[in-house]
Amino acid sequence: MHVIESGNVAAATGVKLARTQVIAAYPITPQTPLTEKLSEFVSKGQMTAQYIPVESEHSALSVCIAASSTGSRTFTATSANGLLYMSEQVHWASGARLPIVMCVVNRGVGAPWTVWNDHQDSISQRDTGWIQMHACDHQQILDTVLKAFMVAEKVSIPVMVCYDGYLLSHSYMPFEIPKQEDVDRFLPSFSSDCKLDPEHPLNQNTVTLPDVRPDIHGNMSPGYMEIRHNLQQDLICSLDVVKEVEDRFKGIFNRGGSPFIESYLCEDAEYVAVCMGSLSYQLRDVVDQLRNDGQKVGVAGVRLYRPFPNQAVIDAFSGKKGLVIFEKGISYGNQGPLFTDITSALYQVEERPFAHNYILGIGGREIKTQDLLDTFRKSIQSGRKNEIKTEWIGLKL
Amino acid sequence: MGQDNFGKMKSHSEPGPGDGGKTGSWRVKRPIIDLTVCIPAKSGKVACFACWMYCPDGVITRTIPPVIDYEYCKGCEICAEECPVNAIEMVEETQFADKEG
Amino acid sequence: MATTILNLPDDELIHPGNRACAGCGLSIIYRIGLKAIGRDTILVVPPSCLTVMQGLYPIAATQLPCLNVTFASTAAAATGVVAALKAQGRENTKVVAWAGDGGTSDIGIQALSGACERGEDFLYICYDNEAYMNTGVQRSGTTPQGVLTTTTPVIGKLQKSKNVPAIMAAHGLNYIATASASYPLDLYDKIKKAMGMPGTKYMHVHTPCPSGWGFDPRYSVKIGKLAVETGIFDLYEIENGEFRLTGPSKKLTPSKLKPVTEYFDTQSRFRALKEDQIASIQAGIHEKWDNY
Repeated sequence: MHVIESGNVAAATGVKLARTQVIAAYPITPQTPLTEKLSEFVSKGQMTAQYIPVESEHSALSVCIAASSTGSRTFTATSANGLLYMSEQVHWASGARLPIVMCVVNRGVGAPWTVWNDHQDSISQRDTGWIQMHACDHQQILDTVLKAFMVAEKVSIPVMVCYDGYLLSHSYMPFEIPKQEDVDRFLPSFSSDCKLDPEHPLNQNTVTLPDVRPDIHGNMSPGYMEIRHNLQQDLICSLDVVKEVEDRFKGIFNRGGSPFIESYLCEDAEYVAVCMGSLSYQLRDVVDQLRNDGQKVGVAGVRLYRPFPNQAVIDAFSGKKGLVIFEKGISYGNQGPLFTDITSALYQVEERPFAHNYILGIGGREIKTQDLLDTFRKSIQSGRKNEIKTEWIGLKL
Repeated sequence: MGQDNFGKMKSHSEPGPGDGGKTGSWRVKRPIIDLTVCIPAKSGKVACFACWMYCPDGVITRTIPPVIDYEYCKGCEICAEECPVNAIEMVEETQFADKEG
Repeated sequence: MATTILNLPDDELIHPGNRACAGCGLSIIYRIGLKAIGRDTILVVPPSCLTVMQGLYPIAATQLPCLNVTFASTAAAATGVVAALKAQGRENTKVVAWAGDGGTSDIGIQALSGACERGEDFLYICYDNEAYMNTGVQRSGTTPQGVLTTTTPVIGKLQKSKNVPAIMAAHGLNYIATASASYPLDLYDKIKKAMGMPGTKYMHVHTPCPSGWGFDPRYSVKIGKLAVETGIFDLYEIENGEFRLTGPSKKLTPSKLKPVTEYFDTQSRFRALKEDQIASIQAGIHEKWDNY
């Protein structure tokens, strides 16, 4: 069924179709309509989940952590300072290896207060051990929620589904709602082999020691360092799972297929604009105009930010002349984090492209297509000789 | 692809005794029950067992006579203090060291 | 009928050889409390002495399933366990949150208040040893006035303690009770009663701590009793809004109260108290008891 609805409703619909069992959320702009929609689904009996209207984001993720530990499929959603308020729990959820799915409706963080979009909130949580997926449109939001549950439950690692506040969360676009039976075929019900259960009493998340230690059977158990190393190994291996889940989804729903980088006119492109989120669709207009001028250009939208798809980056960008990396977040005191990640991935490549870094749209500053066009042209002209290290565009100083 | 290969390391503990080791080694004094004074031991009846109830570590049995597990008894002396007939004497561990090696 | 020593269950749910200090008041209430809670229960525990007592990975001293959670999240996590059990139709299994006074009265109070307002179906037990003992005796919201801790040195804590059961009562819970490590049977009966009631239940348990309070472990039970006999810590229940003193506190009258100095003199943490402070505390206790 096709509908025209908001991005938040697309997310809520995905959560409903996934037959999520426990939902806990605390309202924050621009995530709020997603939470409202879920409570409506539950109140109307369209969904049988337990909906817990908690008193804070910290508690929202606490509820999900506990419910997931007890063996239920769980979901929460937040934005900006809400995500930061639950940050302790964000680390905890991945360390405890719980397959929670959380939508992060991207918004700039205070101070000063801003309710508008940038990526600083989820970027600031990139080192928590979560998988971070970015959606570029409403269909991707819904589909990514479904894929996120499947990936999370296969690899026992929580997943953030990130999408742009207002630009996607509050805008209306057509998208298809998949049939429940197809979703059920895609996503089996959740079962955990180590849930809290009086029949098999386990003490979960106990204090670990710096070194390994024998268990009650005399077998050596890991220390904190082995447990954390295991998380890192599993995150790297989850790249394959993300790809397999994408293929499986495409097989059933005939959509998607690009879980790492979504490319537009990149194949023969000499210069590629790189970004995350809905900006990649705006950049398609820019690329179309530059193509009309005879420039060989393309756009690459990074869909998976953690684990970072280093090989996919190498495959996509080796041999290109230049990359123009646009991003809505910054590692204060350094440069754009996506820029750091991409240039790091390409460090070993012999013929690596030049890379320019532009910060834009911070706190919802309007991104003008003309600015993008001018910037792209300037980068192509400057090339490697005049590499541009982190310039802000749209600034009015 | 499958859950089997992922998430193998979690800090999930199984129940078992002695995580703190043989805590009897913490003890400075050993509680010794005088069975000629202890109410259930003396009377042969199911009675009293204050020592069993108050023992923080559950190392005294509710039997006739009560028996103390010295492997784990930390020597807190609560049993001696709470015994209504003062049947439990605290004896310096050094007195047993020679005999027990 | 009230439980006696002779019919307390035999089943021991906490293993010996755990890491609690000798003479630990928490050990008494945990051991007896678990007998009342029973095996078909999931525990939720934030950082506290109990975390250590329950054992370091990979060995657990407790025979119940337990979820260790972050400091501020206890009641929210208990909510999550309850929700998942409901979602899975496993509602026979009960949920008990067990936290210290810092985890309850300070960092955990927001989540606790939220869960109480929602009426989540679990029992919350606060074992109150009146300071952050696991980190080495720092003041908490329930540390009494005048007490020396490592963060209220020299002159002692200036402020009065927070009355957490009263805060819980303001939430309109079905059941609130106080208990003491020194009266295990009273504790057992109250937990049993709470486990059979719907909604959020709160218990506040006075828990003598030899190392934090400065007394010989031998006197843990005696000192807990003195707190009750001096009228400093009162045993009561608030059941469906009805307040009543219970057990030894019920038998007390203002004229039978022992002087507070009998309690203070047993512990080094009170040694900074001045005479006028003691007189003021004593007057406060008489005022409280005159109103019972």
